[in-house]
Amino acid sequence: MKSCRGATRLMSESQERNLLFSEQASLKLHLAMCAPCRNFGRQLHALRRISKSYAGGGPEKTGE
Amino acid sequence: MSDYLAPSASLEPSAEDSLQNPQFLVDLREQMLRFASLQLQDVQLAEDAVQEALVGALKNSRSFKGRSALKTWVFAILKNKIADILRQRQRFVDADQLVRGDREECDHDELFDQTGHWRKDERPKKWADPESAIHDKHFWRIFDACLNHLPSRQAQIFMMREFIELESHEICAAAEVSVSNLNVTLHRARLRLRECLEDNWFGVEG
Repeated sequence: MKSCRGATRLMSESQERNLLFSEQASLKLHLAMCAPCRNFGRQLHALRRISKSYAGGGPEKTGE
Repeated sequence: MSDYLAPSASLEPSAEDSLQNPQFLVDLREQMLRFASLQLQDVQLAEDAVQEALVGALKNSRSFKGRSALKTWVFAILKNKIADILRQRQRFVDADQLVRGDREECDHDELFDQTGHWRKDERPKKWADPESAIHDKHFWRIFDACLNHLPSRQAQIFMMREFIELESHEICAAAEVSVSNLNVTLHRARLRLRECLEDNWFGVEG
């Protein structure tokens, strides 16, 4: 079974490339059993969303 | 680009008024300069890029609906300029940075145990509403601090990927790293950044 270290690495790489079918399968299996890694996966998406917003100039400060 | 900017459009100052407002310009310029300097690691180049983007905005001020559209636009221009500079720059890494990179080899062993599973205190928790953090200026201060805590090499590569949105092969060329090196670096940067955000923001409330 894949370790959390390996699972987080695959999730990170999936933001740069499409994972192989075998990688997807073992990742899915791991995530089914591992809540912390599921959280990590969601956080990666949040991190990307946050970064996009940061690079767009951060929060809009209207009305401050 | 950012959907949260749209609803308040009628309340916000116009782009033209904003560009007449010295405080707004100073703040905007400073924000852009910080962004460009982090990415380019060269104050002069950063100032030139910011200057060009701002001049473009002043020329086109009538075409923006409001302040947020203007801001989104100047940052998009700035990002393009930075991307061009990074793509052109072939020798980017100095030897010092490479050495430092090597020393970071084992840095996430503190997160995982010997079998590669999360250590008990390090397990990622559920984040409450990341979307609302984006609207909170205190959050951005934490985010900046967390970025500044990354080893410089990690921060640079993370920013190339997530802020400037270069593709892997472009980063490999600009920063002279192999794909596997790039993947390792991004993995580490993301692990650290999420940990820092959880410790200082998402894990603190409630």
